[in-house]
Amino acid sequence: MTSLETTMTSANQSMIAGGHHYTTTGLDNRKVAIWAFIGSECMLFTSLISTYLIYKGRSLVGPFPHEAWTNPQTGQAFPPILDIPVTSASTFVLLMSSLAMVLAHNAVVNKHVPKTTTGERILGSSKLWLGTTALFGLIFLMFQAYEFTSFVHEGLTIRTNLFGSSFFTLTGFHGAHVTAGVLWLLSLLAIDFKRGLVPGDALNVDLAALYWHFVDVVWIVIFTLVYLIQ
Amino acid sequence: MATTATAPVLAPARPKEQTGLWSWLATTDHKRIGILYLYTSLGFFLWGGIEAGIIRMQLARPNGTLVSAELYNQLFTMHGTNMVFLAIMPLSAAFFNFLIPLQIGARDVAFPRLNAFSYWVFLLGGIFITLPILFGVAPDGGWFGYTPLTTRQYSPGLNIDFWVLGLQILGVSTLAAGFNFITTIINMRAPGMNLMRMPLFTWNSFVVQFLVILAFPVITIALFFLQFDRFFGTNFYTPAAGGDPLLWQHLFWIFGHPEVYILILPAFGLISEVIPTFSRKPIFGYPVMVYATILIGFLGFGVWAHHMFAVGMGPVADSLFSLTTMLIAIPTGVKIFNWISTMWGGAIRFTVPMMFSIGLVAMFTIGGISGVSHASPPADLQQTDTYYIVAHFHYVLFGGSLMGLFAGIYFYFPKMYGRLMDERLGKWHFWLNFIGGNLTFFPMHFSGLLGMPRRIYQYDAGQGYENFNLASTIGYWFLFVSMLFFVYNFFRSRKSGTPVGNDPWGAGTLEWSIPSPPPEYNFAELPNVTSRYPLWDVKSPRLTAEVPHSQEGDEEVEVDVVGKDMGHPHPSTTDRSRIPLESVHRVEGETHRTAKELGIPMPSPTIKPLVTAVGLLIMVSGMLFIHRDSKALFYTLVLGGAALLVGSLYAWLTTPLEEEH
Repeated sequence: MTSLETTMTSANQSMIAGGHHYTTTGLDNRKVAIWAFIGSECMLFTSLISTYLIYKGRSLVGPFPHEAWTNPQTGQAFPPILDIPVTSASTFVLLMSSLAMVLAHNAVVNKHVPKTTTGERILGSSKLWLGTTALFGLIFLMFQAYEFTSFVHEGLTIRTNLFGSSFFTLTGFHGAHVTAGVLWLLSLLAIDFKRGLVPGDALNVDLAALYWHFVDVVWIVIFTLVYLIQ
Repeated sequence: MATTATAPVLAPARPKEQTGLWSWLATTDHKRIGILYLYTSLGFFLWGGIEAGIIRMQLARPNGTLVSAELYNQLFTMHGTNMVFLAIMPLSAAFFNFLIPLQIGARDVAFPRLNAFSYWVFLLGGIFITLPILFGVAPDGGWFGYTPLTTRQYSPGLNIDFWVLGLQILGVSTLAAGFNFITTIINMRAPGMNLMRMPLFTWNSFVVQFLVILAFPVITIALFFLQFDRFFGTNFYTPAAGGDPLLWQHLFWIFGHPEVYILILPAFGLISEVIPTFSRKPIFGYPVMVYATILIGFLGFGVWAHHMFAVGMGPVADSLFSLTTMLIAIPTGVKIFNWISTMWGGAIRFTVPMMFSIGLVAMFTIGGISGVSHASPPADLQQTDTYYIVAHFHYVLFGGSLMGLFAGIYFYFPKMYGRLMDERLGKWHFWLNFIGGNLTFFPMHFSGLLGMPRRIYQYDAGQGYENFNLASTIGYWFLFVSMLFFVYNFFRSRKSGTPVGNDPWGAGTLEWSIPSPPPEYNFAELPNVTSRYPLWDVKSPRLTAEVPHSQEGDEEVEVDVVGKDMGHPHPSTTDRSRIPLESVHRVEGETHRTAKELGIPMPSPTIKPLVTAVGLLIMVSGMLFIHRDSKALFYTLVLGGAALLVGSLYAWLTTPLEEEH
């Protein structure tokens, strides 16, 4: 009885704190806005990816993504620059981060469900899964940093040719999005450590998750179009 | 006579904390932000008008010597940039802000603080891009900044840097507002306000916001490429490295053509409110108007290359874009005919807003027809880059957008200030504007067809351009004087215009059911909307009784969103008791109560959006110093600005919107 009353009071308070008691669709405003934002981001990445594809094969000098190249002036040989096995590994890490994100959201939603077994406790730890998602994001970024530095050492910079300009800009924009996502996840993790995320926070996690999955999907498109298709 | 009776309504109900500079800096009220947008954009509009005046004086006679070629380049670039990004778009935003929540029966926009942020970013970005002309370093590459002219190789100065960075700042503002209004319109409509009952201004704005969020990312990326080319030496627009100059043109116009509809649709929306009101008839063919707006939005993304017929894209691309361009004239023509049909047989009152609306219909039709004439590539090859094009887009933007926005200002001024604008001065404004606009821009058709190119700062005598140019310059002074009438009328009426009640025009939509100016919470009780013209149903049922698309027609509209039925079966027409538009019958003389008395939670005022916007400005300004030998200033400003931006953003996000109860 008492606990029910408490729940109801907190529900009322959260409604007041949420501000708008009534929405037309029944969805929270932020949920509608994040979808609009993701739609907009699609156009952002479409522009970047289209530019990459338009400029593919139009670089006047190497190094090239998939073909070897010898500099006619110096005679220096450049192997194909993209390292597909390494990037496959980083792609796998990023995909797994999406799985961890789903588990994190699930853990927050089911925070109040009693857990008995160790397995349920592990699955129910939002800190663990938020942390894992952020960590996998960081690992992906470290792969990208490694990739960028090794390309520069091999002689491809953002100024070298059209491939360098469009490749670094496209993947750099994606990396910036991952970075923003990691910061977002770490902010949620900080809140989780400070006061604990409860089912009432599910929407906050859901918004981060939508963004994170979107960034992940964009990477799948980039990986396919830039790396896999020769 | 009624003045004394209504006086108590007009006694300001605003408490003390709602006045003073601080209250404006910290405001989150959509109506006040709308008014901020209005003043700022009118300021930029006058500034852009003065730039136009210098251009016209330079071209009044052959071989004018008023300004140098360099300054002339800056003037026409900034005139275009000013009018597009700092005058017409934000003037529309003033109406989005002020009107959308009132029209859909909401208490504010979805994200009030984001709304304030949009405004401050717009103001600071506008100042950032406008000030350089005073120091002779204004952008000078045309409002569409074609590459490779704007690359570092051909434009080494700071001019283009200001342009690129300024547009990026303004893009942030516009995008933030876009997400905000989409969410507001989707999610904050009052009960019963289903999509097919929304006022047409809100519909047009809705489509505009989708154009914004889908078109602006493209220009953002195009500008980033240019920025990277200029700052970091990338090759996107460098032909020597194989870069394609047409890449910029494609990206720019994929943004630029939807942008044209971003500029005109809000004006279409405004006159779709004005014309029914002053014809005393519901809008003709409401659903068709809605579908035409949506269709314009869709087709707007498929016509961009008609700006590029002259670059030689080949017959297939030319034919395709010619076809889509001619197609888009159809929904636009439908709108014109629907406005005319709305007036047909109506009891027309020729008030100033109505005159401006009819002005739009007439002038836009001329601009639309000249637009169709360069949808045909062979004709366009003769017209492109001549004054014929200048004539065309001034007919659609000046004769179209601005006339509509002026109609909106005269129409909604009483809602903003509780007073009417003076009709006699307004008519002076209209007629001088109408005559001046035609005198300025109509002769440009002829000078253009005679071959006068755009963007030249001098022309020789004896080519037949003289008289047309002189006429244009004389026309400009008509416009100048008309603006004096407007500005005087605006400020005078704000102080001493005729006081009015809720609904001075006898209009039918929700915003006229609440006091003028509206209380901070807009609606004491959220209205239950049962038709497209709820006020007419209550006040003058005869107006809508025989019109199938008012109450009865709504039965067919059942919009189902996530399992929640949006199209309530409306109460029978006789059951008026269920329409709680009690404020319609508000007793005159009753002062409205504050939000606190009514227990309505309102967003607290906050300075954080402004601080965040300042952080963004500092960060972007730092980029100007990237080419200095000493990088100290660059790093200080960029990192300091970023720190301020992120810090205030965190402070903003961790503070609840409303005070705890």
